[in-house]
Amino acid sequence: MNALRSGAALAALLTSLLGAAAPACGGGNVVTDGGGRQVEVGDASRILSIGGDVTEIVYALGAETRLVGVDATSQFPPRALREKKNVGYMRALSSEGVISVDATVVLASAGAGPPEVVKTLKATRVPYVEVPDEHSPAGIAGKVRLIAKAIGAEAEGERIVQQVAADFVSLEAARAKIRQPVRALFVLGVQNGRATVGGQGTSADAILKLAGAVNVAAAVNGFRPLPDEAVVELAPEVIVAMRRTSSSDAHGVEQLFTLKGIQSTPAGVGRRLILMDGLYLLGFGPRAAAAAKDLMASLYPDLAGANPTP
Amino acid sequence: MTAAVPMDERARRPLRNAPRAATGGQLIVWAALLLAAAAVMSLSIGSTGITLDALPRVITAWITGRTDASVAREQLVLLDIRLPRLLLGLFVGAGLAVSGAMMQGLFRNPLADPGLVGVSAGAALAAVATIAFGNGLAAVWTKIMGVYALPFSAFAGGVATTAILVMIVARQGQLATATLLLAGIALGALSTALMGLIAFASDDRELRDLTLWMLGSLSGASWPKVVAVLPFALLVGLGLPRLVRALNGLLLGEAEAFHLGVDVERMKRQIILITAAAVGAAVAVAGIVGFVGIIVPHLVRLVAGPDHRIVLPASALLGGALVLTADVAARMALRPAELPLGVVMALIGAPIFLHLVVKRGMGAG
Repeated sequence: MNALRSGAALAALLTSLLGAAAPACGGGNVVTDGGGRQVEVGDASRILSIGGDVTEIVYALGAETRLVGVDATSQFPPRALREKKNVGYMRALSSEGVISVDATVVLASAGAGPPEVVKTLKATRVPYVEVPDEHSPAGIAGKVRLIAKAIGAEAEGERIVQQVAADFVSLEAARAKIRQPVRALFVLGVQNGRATVGGQGTSADAILKLAGAVNVAAAVNGFRPLPDEAVVELAPEVIVAMRRTSSSDAHGVEQLFTLKGIQSTPAGVGRRLILMDGLYLLGFGPRAAAAAKDLMASLYPDLAGANPTP
Repeated sequence: MTAAVPMDERARRPLRNAPRAATGGQLIVWAALLLAAAAVMSLSIGSTGITLDALPRVITAWITGRTDASVAREQLVLLDIRLPRLLLGLFVGAGLAVSGAMMQGLFRNPLADPGLVGVSAGAALAAVATIAFGNGLAAVWTKIMGVYALPFSAFAGGVATTAILVMIVARQGQLATATLLLAGIALGALSTALMGLIAFASDDRELRDLTLWMLGSLSGASWPKVVAVLPFALLVGLGLPRLVRALNGLLLGEAEAFHLGVDVERMKRQIILITAAAVGAAVAVAGIVGFVGIIVPHLVRLVAGPDHRIVLPASALLGGALVLTADVAARMALRPAELPLGVVMALIGAPIFLHLVVKRGMGAG
């Protein structure tokens, strides 16, 4: 009990010290967040980041030392989950858990939940900045600018926005060289012999298009499980899936190609499967252009030889 | 074996009445003490490390209206997060335990439990439908009912399931364990299948939300939710005492109860209504939390016998204590993240349930 109390006192002392130092790194910013609210961030000395893309941007902005907590989806950089407090899965947050990391600003993806907890958190004195969940180059720039302004790192943010924009320009140039777009299918996972595919409006759909592929599941809305027969009809030439842990890679590949429907597609016949890290591929953080480029290189091996990725 | 206990008990009543009554009184006192301890724990343990030490400061600040940042934080955690959570946990635990006790009395079967016989699933189906269609097909309903939409839907789902169950079991004449359980399992499976259908129509995010919701949790506790369950809590609290005599009469059998002057059919309807109110509201605020309704009344009967004057209040107190304790475990195990309450409750409840089945030969009758 005593240790606990002195710990709390120490934390309070640290907070006030850091708080006093905060204006130096640009406090008092008013931002309009993804939910359209005006949020005033007075002190960004202790940041809690919820959402894989949000955490990635905070690290890219060089605010790592100010980051006190992340959520379970913050898997890049890998040290985030090792070094920072983990408030759990972003759709199953706990009000008190979030408050307990003693952040001075909460940066949360619009996908955070449950709604009641988000409502409680928005009502606290700690500014809660909702970061929109958009899957487009412009969306990434918007996210970076919002987060950069909220934590007072605008200059760094602008540098990243320029970098991201340049990456997308060079991606577009590479995409222009594609003569015959590949028909691709994104498979989120396989359950009970059915593949859950990424349809319209998903991050998977967006990245496939950016990489110059045709999403054969564009008629489906959202991530949906598809019966075998439907997969045959879509006739993808290549399947894109997320790489999980290194040990289960082989298993996942085997499982995908044991599905009769997938076996008989052109992708199944040619055994063309592209595995990429989930957050890298679908996170739509600063690395999205690079991810799209990597995906493009795997989709079009011939082009990749002529146009090596930097 | 336990199924036979009521009869034995009644037969030996003149002999056993006095000591049992004493044990019953003691049990209620102990249960109340346990509940008080669990309530204090629930208020003073959490990931922020704020304890009840802060309470005087918070109350002073609340009365004077003068708060600084640190007190505001303590006030938020104690009054707006932990206190509604305590009240909802209390309601969920007491409601589920009492529903279990009432259903076991109604069906004269120690295995009857809102979770096992599908009433929770029926309530959950209605709640899931409300969540999924709340912005589309059922928009009018959610608009009119506001915060009450979810508990009322779940309540209706609970009433419907229990009523169907009673109809099926009553057709068989004798209230057989097998019929009750199998009918309940079938109804539960049907509800689950329909929930699956709704889940299939949902997108990936709604799906994850529904899954998390079904695991059960009190983490979304808030004052509006407390207000939403209040009418149900009142209904259960006021209705229970009127059912004690009927439930005790039913211990002997429906015909015997009738001869004791119990209006059996009317009482049955009231029991169904109150059970559904308690289960529905509990499911609406916390999702599916199992085993409370079966282990708590059972432990109470083991100690104090089948008299509902003891079983109902003691179950309510112990059920509240059990859920509050499980909730503290759920929020502390992985802090600052949280385990789902339903998972913790199943981890605690399932072994106890198995132990009862093996040791006591429960349900053998």
